[in-house]
Amino acid sequence: MTIATEPALSASAERLRGRLAGSPLAARCEVTDRDLPTIEVAPDAWPALARFLRDDPECRYDLFIDLFGVDNLRRAGQKTRFETIVHLHSLPRNEHVRVKIPLTDEKKPALPTASDVYPAANWFEREAFDLYGFDFTGHPDLRRILCHDAFVGHALRKDYAPGQRWFFAEEDMVAPEWATQTDERAGHFETQTISIGPSHPATHGIIHLIARLEGEKIIRAETNIGYLHRCFEKMSETHQWNQIIPYCDRLNYVSAMINGVGFVRTAEKMLGVEVPDRGVLVRTILSEFSRVMDHCVCIGANLVDIGALSNFIYLYQNRENIYDLIEACCGARLTVSYVRVGGLAIDVPDDFVPRCRSLLESIPLFLADVEKLVNNNRIVRQRLQGTGVVTREQAIAWGLTGPMLRASGVPYDVRREKPYDFYDRFDWDVPISNDGDNFARYLVRLEEIRQSLKIIRQALDILPANGPVSSDDWRVVLPPKDAVYHDMESLIYHFKLVMEGIRVPPGERYEWIEGGNGELGFHAISDGRGGPYRLRVRPPCFANMQAFQKMVIGGTVSDAVATLGTLNVIAGELDR
Amino acid sequence: MSSEGPKGTLPALGPAKAGGGAADFLVTRLEEMVSWARKNSLWPFPFATACCGIEFMSVASAHYDISRFGSEVMRFSPRQADLLIVAGTVTDKMAPVLRKIYDQMPEPKWVISMGVCASSGGFYRAYHVTQGIDEIVPVDVYVPGCPPTPEELIYAIMQLQKKIQSGEKSRDQRSAKLAAERIS
Repeated sequence: MTIATEPALSASAERLRGRLAGSPLAARCEVTDRDLPTIEVAPDAWPALARFLRDDPECRYDLFIDLFGVDNLRRAGQKTRFETIVHLHSLPRNEHVRVKIPLTDEKKPALPTASDVYPAANWFEREAFDLYGFDFTGHPDLRRILCHDAFVGHALRKDYAPGQRWFFAEEDMVAPEWATQTDERAGHFETQTISIGPSHPATHGIIHLIARLEGEKIIRAETNIGYLHRCFEKMSETHQWNQIIPYCDRLNYVSAMINGVGFVRTAEKMLGVEVPDRGVLVRTILSEFSRVMDHCVCIGANLVDIGALSNFIYLYQNRENIYDLIEACCGARLTVSYVRVGGLAIDVPDDFVPRCRSLLESIPLFLADVEKLVNNNRIVRQRLQGTGVVTREQAIAWGLTGPMLRASGVPYDVRREKPYDFYDRFDWDVPISNDGDNFARYLVRLEEIRQSLKIIRQALDILPANGPVSSDDWRVVLPPKDAVYHDMESLIYHFKLVMEGIRVPPGERYEWIEGGNGELGFHAISDGRGGPYRLRVRPPCFANMQAFQKMVIGGTVSDAVATLGTLNVIAGELDR
Repeated sequence: MSSEGPKGTLPALGPAKAGGGAADFLVTRLEEMVSWARKNSLWPFPFATACCGIEFMSVASAHYDISRFGSEVMRFSPRQADLLIVAGTVTDKMAPVLRKIYDQMPEPKWVISMGVCASSGGFYRAYHVTQGIDEIVPVDVYVPGCPPTPEELIYAIMQLQKKIQSGEKSRDQRSAKLAAERIS
């Protein structure tokens, strides 16, 4: 079994090779073609390459997607123990590129920072420092970001025991230096530093904002995250492919289904398994319903924060109704664990289509109620319009994706730009706004709910009435229980799958889909065992949250609360 | 009361005086009266950290409506709350915060541990996850489930109401003391 490479990608790899050949970097990098065009570069040439990829008129990789480390300690055939992998996206060319930076010094892995080229790299580099101990020379603020301050060692290194905890007490908390100093200037209000969170009604989950105020105005801010770091990536290295699905559900738990779909698509591509149309369409329908739920909670909670409680009740009722559908499918309400590598856990109930259709009728009624209450409400407009503004350039520089990016005027939606499953067959629009403020994000999300319903309607039309929902490749999917009881071969497949897990061929692959908050990518590395050697999730919230501390500067505390609501940060995905 | 006044001239109390057989008083113990009032007006502090927090929102919303049990008055200040509902995973980074919030709540106070993560760490047997909040605070009711359904949380509140009515003290006084020592 080989990993299929799409022929279109070779052309972009060729072009990259041609462009690089003309530059002084040619001697330092090597372009290969895998699932993505991949450039391997020496650490010291990385910032120059980053600048080249961003600025070269034929490349223009302007959107920073992801940066993470890999530890090759237990993986045969690799040049160096540590490597850094970067994913970039080009909005004008609509393609991804991967940069691999092998780190030669095993004792002190180090590479220069790229945060001056891509501001979005800042937090990603801090994360690689925290979990792998990579030293990004020249980084403005290289501190731990996910693990607590008393943590010893680097948790994602292969020689770190998964269960090794370190005791953390209140005294161990380190406040940033600027927050401990007083800053009283003549002719000004008394400035003060306040701490919002980690347990605060407006933080939705646990996020810690330290803000310096001048009167009501925020003049400096810093976000602390990691309060819900549940070690997703370490856990996925110690489990089998199918056992990871429940962990995926708990990434963005507001739209759990989408995470599972994103993860199993990566594994399926590596295996070369085809899922039957019916299975794919059920996934699409439930993913879009999950998106509706995600946006409903985001809008509802945001409106609660600015004082409009009844909308939350209306929007949440949608969620309850969708829960009923999901519960009928898989038995769980919130964390569904419904997908499997190769298909779905079980078939949908007989009344699946009528249930979906009745939801398609009821959801717009609640939306209309909310629109009537909110859209021309003077208080809402004053709180949301003109606050938390992100310009188009800022949005791209900070690596935002999803509704955040689209509300700033960039029509980047993975479902449209790289249509996966059946998205290229549906007729739907990508809503955008050019305002970039909180109100724009509210409107974009509201419209996306409508577009999702439109997609669901078309998916229901082409959904085959019956047929399998899972592949019949028994090396990947459990054979039917009946066959396991009566047929020796099926019993063996069942035993092998349960005891050893799915044997994904060695290799690596990045697959990305449109999550509730933006580009949700899974980068899996397999060494042929029953579980992934390394699984990296590209969390859209992480980049979005990074922008928050810059967005709030100059606004008031109450603006910060409204802004945080429209970011829709889900801590499970932010901290993983 | 009976020592007051000459024998045989005590004023008739209750139904006889009120006439018509209707009772205008009731006899109870003060503790029971207080417990009854307490159990029906729990003010929860929603310490919602993760997925369980979303299910907690369900319980608080119109469909399940926690206010039928008198505990809908969410207080986001621990000083105004007497029920700490820990909904979601608590990590080692969050643990001191949880303890601080518990310490800030006035007595009497109760704790519901919602979901397996809060109760035991759940399936996160990992380097950054507290393996059960009873390492940090005493717990009155554990709710299993990942996440528990809203019915389960409502049942937990009813169990807690029974406990409050019976006047039972938190059985984890000792572990609370130990945890406090460990923290300090």
